[in-house]
Amino acid sequence: MSANVNTSLPLEYQTEQSRLNILGFWIFLGAEIVLFATLFAVYGVLGERYANGPTPNDIFKLKDVMIETLLLLTSSFTCGLAVFEMRRHRLKGLLTWLIVTLLLGIGFLFVEINEFIHYVHEGATMQTSAFLSSFFVLLGTHGAHVTFGIIWAVMIIIQLIQRGLTPVTARKTFIISLYWHFLDVVWIFIFTFVYLKGMVG
Amino acid sequence: MDIKWNEILITGDPLILGSQIAIVLTVIAIVGGLTYFKKWGWLWREWLTTVDHKKIGIMYILSGVLMFFRGGIDGLLMKAQTARPEMNFLDAQHYNEIFTTHGVIMILFMAMPFLIGLMNVVVPLQIGARDVAFPQLNALSFWLFFSGAMLFNISFVVGGSPDAGWTSYFPLAGKEFSPGVGNNYYAIALQIAGLGTLMTGINFIVTILKMRTKGMTLIKMPMFTWTTLITSIIIVAAFPIFTVALALMTFDRLYGTHFFTLSSGGSDMLWANLFWLWGHPEVYIVILPAFGIFSEVIATFSRKSLFGYKSMVVSIVGIALLSLLVWVHHFFTMDAGPAVNSVFSITTMLIAVPTGVKIFNWLFTMRKGRIKFTTAMLWALGFIPNFVIGGVTGVMLGMAAADYQYHNTLFLVAHFHYVLIPGVVFAVFAGLYYWWPKMFGFMLNEKLGKYHFWLFVIGFNITFMPMFFLGLQGAVRRAYTYSAESGFAPLFLVSAIGSIILALGFAVFCYNIYWSFRYAKRNVSSDPWDARTLEWATASPVQFYNFAVLPEVKEIDAFWHMKKRNSGLVLKEEEIQEIHMPSNSGLPFYMAVVFGITGFFLVFEWHMAAAVAAIGIVIGLIIRSFDYDDGYHVPVEEIKNIESKWRKVEGGVKHHVG
Repeated sequence: MSANVNTSLPLEYQTEQSRLNILGFWIFLGAEIVLFATLFAVYGVLGERYANGPTPNDIFKLKDVMIETLLLLTSSFTCGLAVFEMRRHRLKGLLTWLIVTLLLGIGFLFVEINEFIHYVHEGATMQTSAFLSSFFVLLGTHGAHVTFGIIWAVMIIIQLIQRGLTPVTARKTFIISLYWHFLDVVWIFIFTFVYLKGMVG
Repeated sequence: MDIKWNEILITGDPLILGSQIAIVLTVIAIVGGLTYFKKWGWLWREWLTTVDHKKIGIMYILSGVLMFFRGGIDGLLMKAQTARPEMNFLDAQHYNEIFTTHGVIMILFMAMPFLIGLMNVVVPLQIGARDVAFPQLNALSFWLFFSGAMLFNISFVVGGSPDAGWTSYFPLAGKEFSPGVGNNYYAIALQIAGLGTLMTGINFIVTILKMRTKGMTLIKMPMFTWTTLITSIIIVAAFPIFTVALALMTFDRLYGTHFFTLSSGGSDMLWANLFWLWGHPEVYIVILPAFGIFSEVIATFSRKSLFGYKSMVVSIVGIALLSLLVWVHHFFTMDAGPAVNSVFSITTMLIAVPTGVKIFNWLFTMRKGRIKFTTAMLWALGFIPNFVIGGVTGVMLGMAAADYQYHNTLFLVAHFHYVLIPGVVFAVFAGLYYWWPKMFGFMLNEKLGKYHFWLFVIGFNITFMPMFFLGLQGAVRRAYTYSAESGFAPLFLVSAIGSIILALGFAVFCYNIYWSFRYAKRNVSSDPWDARTLEWATASPVQFYNFAVLPEVKEIDAFWHMKKRNSGLVLKEEEIQEIHMPSNSGLPFYMAVVFGITGFFLVFEWHMAAAVAAIGIVIGLIIRSFDYDDGYHVPVEEIKNIESKWRKVEGGVKHHVG
């Protein structure tokens, strides 16, 4: 908890408390991996129990999924650019790329919610079959994480504007970038094991 | 949202009416007492808003005592009901509710807070740190646990208790067969408490990995710190599984999904697998820290270094890995096939190997030691033979083919009580007697402690030993009664008598706390047991900043060697520097309140109200995000004052080993 600052390190690693927070967040991501792994396992068990309801081939719309994937993968890239700008101590570039990241994230959510509404109109709800229960809860958990991440990032943008780049705001930005990249990785698994497998299988 | 007020408060049962009156009277007494003695400000400043790991630990332990009482009453009620054949003391429904709450409370709200409480008090001291890595998160962990525990505990007077067993197997726990709110309490209250536990796990991993004092490499850490580290890793690996399982249960019950239902493609066995994927590691989450406590107590009172330190560490890690690979042994009879059963049978029996290593290490630690028979040591000595009975019967149950005979009988119930009571409860008592002076600055009475020990251990054996034989004769668990013709009556009666002796033992413990609080000698030294690890190198009770100057460690049992060499014990005033400490915060308490309210509304499926209350959670998170309070600095003069108070007292600092 000492406040001694080591200026030879990147801004977000300069204080002892920041180093603790970043390690703690990595461990938290480990817990998140277990959480999503469990949801994937549940989907693996229940994913083909259609109970006379629709199958993936009946409902999945590849176009929407491709748009979502592109938006989210791009947002991860722009998030990387934001941290890159932060390392060069450019607040303006950091804010610009963070806002672009959020806009892409909001776009992703918009398309995903539309996709869900479309399914529900087709009669494929969470209550229809075990397949759809596990589908909606797995994707819903991911979507809820994205939503939470957007609200969180807005708070951090406000703090960056209020306080500028300090070891604390830099650490907060770095941690949310870890979170954002993690959600992207989860999406890649969803894309592969839910959509691709569902369309091919 | 239609609220059926008449279904919210449970009425018509004299036992429950009695509890309701007791609860109201207790609340009035607490509120009245706090107001009369003008203690509200003190309560808020010193306890509700504290981020001090020692105080948080004490609050955990206090909750553990309360929950032990609650879970113990449940146990006594069950024993009363089965004392004679065909008793009408409790009906089947009431009995179902009581064995469910007994199990949940004893594991999650008694064993867990006792152990996490001791970890909180002891681990930062043992590694020579000033607090945990995230003090405010630590307070949040406690308050979420407390919120979940309280929500669960009100179930029996408000809305009805869960009644599907602590394992809550589907389809019984589903909406179709359990339409009431009872199992909603299970799903939601445990979720809230579980979040707190997960945060504790993360907090302690970071604390132990990053905040050890100078010179304390991993392989020089005290054994309790080692077990805490490994336990925290299991928590992070296993609790998210429970988070998901409970969330899916909530979805099934509240929103009509089909994860575990019998219809529309759900799989009830999926629940059993997810539950035990968390549930079996959970057993080791409570047993490993207990092993750590025994290691400290046995080494201290044998006056020797722990035998086989490295093999102890390897065993803990081995047990932790195996704990994640044995979950199917909880349902060998559910037709997974001989190949699967064989694999899990072998992994289960493998756990006996590292556990056996540890038992022998403790025995060899005592060998040729000059053993002091303190109360703490008695608990450790009592643990070994009793726990071995639990372990050996566990190997019996682990043989899949034989398990078909034991499954769901009282043999199993006796087995896990022989593991959990000697393994965890004895450890908690050992730890409390051992660390009590460190927490409060006075000791628990040793003579009362010995009454406590003998009553408890004898009562425990009389209660649970007959259940092995009842089980072998075919008495099933969770049955609220049995016929006179079954021939079970005599052993059930013996068991019921045993439970009264057991309860007397616990009563002596409670009296001991009261007696010692009133009358025990206050000027105990900072190291009354002549102990070996760093927590004894500072004052009793410990100053809020733990160490005026952080100690430097050269070997295992650092404090013992410091005493032996008489070095590093005297405080050099010129070395004292300002100490940076975290500020108190009311936010964790606030979060517990809003989580509790949100959870309560969800239990009753008042979704709009829950959504509104959940906004309170988001507001709390936002406030936290904008909180730039960086703590405060303790000036050197204040530290000198505090240090001189305890160091100048006769025997305040020990410079030698006895």
